[in-house]
Amino acid sequence: MEKDLRSRLAAALADGRLAASLSRFGEAYAAARARAYEGIDFEALRDRLVEVKGRAAGRLDELASEFEAQATRAGATVFRTSDPGEARDYVLRLCRDRGLRRVVKSKSMATEEIHLNAHLEAGGIRVRETDLGEWIVQLARQRPSHMVMPAIHLTKEQVAELFSKEVDERLEADIPRLVAVARRELREEFLAADLGITGANVAVAETGTLVILTNEGNARLVTTLPRIHVAVVGVEKLVERFADVEPILRALPRSATGQLLTSYVSMITGPAPAADGAPKELHVVLVDNRRSEMARDPRFAQALRCIRCASCVNVCPVYQLVGGHVFGGVYTGGIGAILAAWFEALEGSRDIQSLCIQCGACTRVCPARIDIPELIVELRGRLVREEGQPLLAKAAFRVVSDRRAFHALLRAASKAQKPFARGGMIRHLPLFLSGATELRSLPAIADEPFRDRMRRIEQPRGAKERVAFYVGCLIDFAYPAIGEAVVRVLNAAGMEVVFPEGQTCCGAPARYAGALEAAARNAMDNVRALEEAGATRVVSACPTCTVALKRELAATLRSEGHLAWAERAEKLAAKVHDFSSLVARLVDEGRLALRPGEGPGGVTYHDSCHLKRKLGAHEAPRRLLRAAGHALVEMAESDACCGMGGSYSLRFPEISAPILARKLENVRRSGAAAVVMDCPGCLLQIGGGLDRSGDAIAARHVAELVAERL
Amino acid sequence: MFDLFRARAEAAGTEVHRVPTPAAAVDLAAGVLERERVEDAAGARAVWREGPILKGFLDREALSRRVPGLSFEVTRERAAESRVGLSEMEWAVAATGTVAQDASEPAVRLASMLPETHVAFLRTAAIVSDLEFLLQRVDPRRARYLAFITGPSRTADIERVLTIGVHGPRRLVVVCVDGAPG
Repeated sequence: MEKDLRSRLAAALADGRLAASLSRFGEAYAAARARAYEGIDFEALRDRLVEVKGRAAGRLDELASEFEAQATRAGATVFRTSDPGEARDYVLRLCRDRGLRRVVKSKSMATEEIHLNAHLEAGGIRVRETDLGEWIVQLARQRPSHMVMPAIHLTKEQVAELFSKEVDERLEADIPRLVAVARRELREEFLAADLGITGANVAVAETGTLVILTNEGNARLVTTLPRIHVAVVGVEKLVERFADVEPILRALPRSATGQLLTSYVSMITGPAPAADGAPKELHVVLVDNRRSEMARDPRFAQALRCIRCASCVNVCPVYQLVGGHVFGGVYTGGIGAILAAWFEALEGSRDIQSLCIQCGACTRVCPARIDIPELIVELRGRLVREEGQPLLAKAAFRVVSDRRAFHALLRAASKAQKPFARGGMIRHLPLFLSGATELRSLPAIADEPFRDRMRRIEQPRGAKERVAFYVGCLIDFAYPAIGEAVVRVLNAAGMEVVFPEGQTCCGAPARYAGALEAAARNAMDNVRALEEAGATRVVSACPTCTVALKRELAATLRSEGHLAWAERAEKLAAKVHDFSSLVARLVDEGRLALRPGEGPGGVTYHDSCHLKRKLGAHEAPRRLLRAAGHALVEMAESDACCGMGGSYSLRFPEISAPILARKLENVRRSGAAAVVMDCPGCLLQIGGGLDRSGDAIAARHVAELVAERL
Repeated sequence: MFDLFRARAEAAGTEVHRVPTPAAAVDLAAGVLERERVEDAAGARAVWREGPILKGFLDREALSRRVPGLSFEVTRERAAESRVGLSEMEWAVAATGTVAQDASEPAVRLASMLPETHVAFLRTAAIVSDLEFLLQRVDPRRARYLAFITGPSRTADIERVLTIGVHGPRRLVVVCVDGAPG
């Protein structure tokens, strides 16, 4: 990156209006989307989309041929190419051959992707975008900052200025007036244009039909008024059958803008007569641009299911802060990083993908169920394989993946920090490390890690069940008291707890940075240690570790080619439980009795990203807190990321800080005396933030509250 | 079905009327034209694309006398100068408040998209429950330009403020006709 990304970040973050506008949009969007999906079985709709788009992605080439045959039969001319340059040239040549000088366009990501406008303009053609947002962006000589709302980063004052220049008349920043000006100006363009260019939201192989959705109605004018219509369509828009259009029509407007349907949907099959009655020409340019290659990639094929609704972007906490000009190229947000890696170059995605905090908010809303964070991790892995890890990170992961060296380092750090630690917290670090304590205090590394304390906790004899405790680095070295609470609770449920000494870092930091080789070494150490424990279950009180043990060890080992190890990891995964889900069940089954007592005022619960979205647990911890006698008050956005994201908060403190600030504000507004959570990483972030700001609100782990009520 | 259609269409910003006969539909439309101050002047005219629903109920001469500026010849130039366009819909979808037409004939599109007000006639009996049902019944190889319309033209591209009537009609009036033949 780094300089370029840093300066773009700084500029976006300095623009307070941008962040305020994006975050207001985020809130309004969430409400509108929820209303639009009322009465719709979202999971069933996702199944349908995954099936329809997945089926199509599996046979892109055949579908392109069938589309070509059907559209040609209906009178269209189809040009297929894998090369963006050829696609651009085709359109320019068409203009030159027919002497066409004026082009009107409706919104199309495919034309952005192939940089069509610049090519046509360089060839002397006048091109006018007619989607209002696209026209604004064109006048501003910028690129869209959002796939659905291209000009969301501009204010009405800025638009008024752009329009004033264009029409040579002083315009006020009055939105209806500005829209009326656009209508007037662009109506003339429509009527004078020789050629209309559109994209398509769906292309149906069975019938050769193009489906185009707009709210403004501009695509209807673009496809009707000029005599020639060119549609530039990425092959991933193909579906097999006409009936396959329906789930896309049901999902796209709801997910994009919270509408039941866009104002206009046009379905065009071959050239319908032109507006003056003359015969119409329809050209369809089908662009592959590495999509077929993507379809053959076992990991990335799923990204071809994307219907470009941008809901992933709308719920992204990072996008909401910095907008699309930082977090994206032609395509924005996390999905933008993935598409850029293919349509442009792997290298081109490096900066954007690094901005993903891995909170998984997008995985909950993507109608095509694309696992964007996972694909970003995969991208990181490939970037590391191609270009190598930055030297410092490489050295760090080498230490973390060597258990003995890592633990020795942490013990040494416990001594080294002494001058800075007070009351278990570090508020300042000297010079080069000070970034780490700017936004929050850090927990001091414990004098005695949990692994040493564990030896003194006597275990019940003749227990019915023997469980292994996987502690994780943060509880082990920063929050050993939480580890002790976990053991006490499990003991109270009649379980013997063993602590496999060979356990080490879960590998999540290495994995999320793309250092899969280091993560695989962690994985083997952990599989070996936990197998040897001879336990019925493995319990972890860190959701990130739990996700690693349950899902990622096997995936990491598999992608590094250790297949036998991967199988062992899968067997182990079936035994892994997160603390809250397991203990809530023990309470339900009557194996653990809690002594309800009055809490010190209400508590509010923060959903950790990994626990809620990767493990689907959000109700169990709440049930458990209530069983322990705590009055639970819900905060707003309880499942929004706290901004920690592991080492993310160190790499991008400027993004982490405002995300944390929003979380703390929601905590304060709840009026609760304590904020409770399952993740020691969130605890580090939120607890550190509260300490730093001097709030009297306590930050606690669920295990501590439960242990107090045994 | 009509009630759901009306509720959803109105939620999308459509004006919905229901009349007992084609003759009443014509009368209602003439009233709209008058209130929109249609006259024989550029920008204030009206174009009416006839269709099967009101065929036989339209007295062109009488209407043209009542509303000067109204034309039944829908050309590109004429439509571009019109304030009101009238056309007929083949179908409607209750669940989304959508009306739909086979717009393969350019005159149908011109009348429904260039003027600021669009009056759309619909057989009340042509309202179906949802999009899935309708898509099973239309054949894109026959209806070569299928147009689905849900409310007026809209944009939220400037500061996300919803604004009506950017490129298409600002006003969409749907007239559901009960006693239409066919």
